[in-house]
Amino acid sequence: MKLIDENGIRIDGRKVDELRPIRIEAGVLKSADGSAYVEIGKNKVLAAVYGPRECHPRHMQNPAKAIVQCKYNMISFSVSDRKRPGPDRRSVEISKLISEAMEYVVFTENFPRTSIDVYIEVLQANAGTRCAGLTAASVALADAGIPMKDVVPAVAVGKVNDQVVLDLNKEEDNFGQADLPIAIIPRTGEVLLMQMDGHMTQAEFDRGLEMGVRACSEIYRLQKDALRRRYAVVSGEGEEETKGLVHAMTEEA
Amino acid sequence: MARSVVSEIKRDHIHRLIADGRRVDGRAWDQYREIMVQTNVVETAEGSARVKIGNTEVIVGLKMTVGEPFPDTPNRGVLSTNAELIPMASPSFESGPPDENSIELARVVDRGIRESQMIDLERLCVEPGKKVWINFLDIYVLDFDGNLFDACNLGAVAAIKSATVPAKANGLGEDFPMPVTCTPVAVTSVQIENSILVDPTLDEEKVAAARLTVTTDDNGDLRAMQKGLSGALTLEQVRTAIDTSRRLGAEIRKLIG
Repeated sequence: MKLIDENGIRIDGRKVDELRPIRIEAGVLKSADGSAYVEIGKNKVLAAVYGPRECHPRHMQNPAKAIVQCKYNMISFSVSDRKRPGPDRRSVEISKLISEAMEYVVFTENFPRTSIDVYIEVLQANAGTRCAGLTAASVALADAGIPMKDVVPAVAVGKVNDQVVLDLNKEEDNFGQADLPIAIIPRTGEVLLMQMDGHMTQAEFDRGLEMGVRACSEIYRLQKDALRRRYAVVSGEGEEETKGLVHAMTEEA
Repeated sequence: MARSVVSEIKRDHIHRLIADGRRVDGRAWDQYREIMVQTNVVETAEGSARVKIGNTEVIVGLKMTVGEPFPDTPNRGVLSTNAELIPMASPSFESGPPDENSIELARVVDRGIRESQMIDLERLCVEPGKKVWINFLDIYVLDFDGNLFDACNLGAVAAIKSATVPAKANGLGEDFPMPVTCTPVAVTSVQIENSILVDPTLDEEKVAAARLTVTTDDNGDLRAMQKGLSGALTLEQVRTAIDTSRRLGAEIRKLIG
C-alpha cells in the first residue's frame, strides 16, 4: 500500500517529520482533582486525576510513598468495530506502562500510603492513543497540583514505505512496517516510555528517535501553554478563554 | 445514585435553604440547569452526542452492526443500552462490571426510548427472521454532578437522532438516516422536605428522600417513569413532578429538534 507519494507527502497531507494538529485543554472536568483533554489528529482523549487519596486495595499501600494507578480505557464506540466495555489484555498492558512511567516523575515520597489515580478514556481512536493518553495524563496531574519532576510528552514514530515517519495515523499504523512510541522527560532528556514492534535498522531507529525527541519538545510546549491558560483563567485574567473553550466545544457539532 | 456520605452541615444547609424557598445554586424549584448538547462528536460511532447539564457531563455513542433478530420479533431491529459509571466521573465510582446503579440507569433510558417507539425498529429489518440492524447504545458518564437519568436520556436521544445507518459499509445499499418517530425527554425531580425540586445537583440528590423520573413524548404523553430512593411521594407531589416534566420536557425537546 502506497502511503507516501513521490514528493514525500503522506495520505493526510503531512511531511514525514510533521505532527498532526494538536489541541490540549487543562481542567475540563469538575469532579476530578485534575483533568485534561487532548486531541491529536483524529484522536480524542480525556484524562482525570483523583488523589493523592486513600489507597485501594489496602495491601498495595506503600508506607514510604504514594503509588500511581493509571487506568487506560477505550470507550466502546471509539473504534470502528464496537469494543466490549471493560479492560482487555492490551489496555491492561498500556495501563501498567503508563502507571510505571508516571510513578517515576511524580514526587511520590511526598504522599506516603496514598494512591494517585489516573483515568484515561479514549473517546475516539486513530493510532497513537497511548501517547495521547500519556500526554493528557501528565497535564491532568499538573492540573491536580501534584508535584512532579516534569510534564511528560509522548509521541510515536514509525516506518512506512521504507521511510521513517513521525506520529503515525491509523492507515500508517495498520499498513506500516514499524511503530515506536516514546515518552521523554524534556528537562533531563531521559526516556520514560519506549515500545517497538515491526522492523527497523539501527540507522532508522536513531533517526526515528531523534525525530521523536524533537516532536516531544513541541508537544511539551503545547502542554505548558494549556496549563498556563488554565492558570490565567483561575487568576481572573482569562475569562475570554473560558468562553473560548465552551465555544470550541459547541463548534465541533 | 451513589449515596455516599454528606456532611451534616451541608445537609442542614440545603434543608434550611429549602425551608426558606431557596436552592444552593439559586435556582427556582422548577428551573433546570444550563444544557449543552453537541452531536457527532465521535467519528467512529454511527451517531454520538456529548451533553452537559450544569456540571454533569455524559458522552453517548451508537454503534450499529447487522445480526440476527430475537425469535419473538423476527422483523424488528434490536436495541441494547448500556451505561458505564467510570471512575473518571466521580470519586465514588469504581471500575468493574456494571453495578445496580448503572443497570437501573441504562434500563430507565432504554425504557423511554423503547416505549416511545422513538426508533422505528421495523424499518431496521433487513431480512425477516435472519438479518436486522443491532443498535448498541453506550453511555459513559464523564463528570457526575447529579441527575444522570436526564443527562443520559438526553445524550442517548441526541446520539440516536444524529445517527446514519451504515448500510453501504455492510453491502446493503445506500446509507440512510436513522428512522426516528419522536423525541422522548426524561425530566427528573426529587422530594426534599416535602418540596419538589427539578434537575437535582449531586448534593441535592444525596439529601433527597425520593426521586421521580418522568419520560414524555412529543404529545406530552407519559412513556416511562421510575421512582427511586427510599422515601415516598404524596399523590400531589407526583402530580407536581409530572406536570413539571411535561412542561420542561417540551422546552428541552426544542433544544434537540
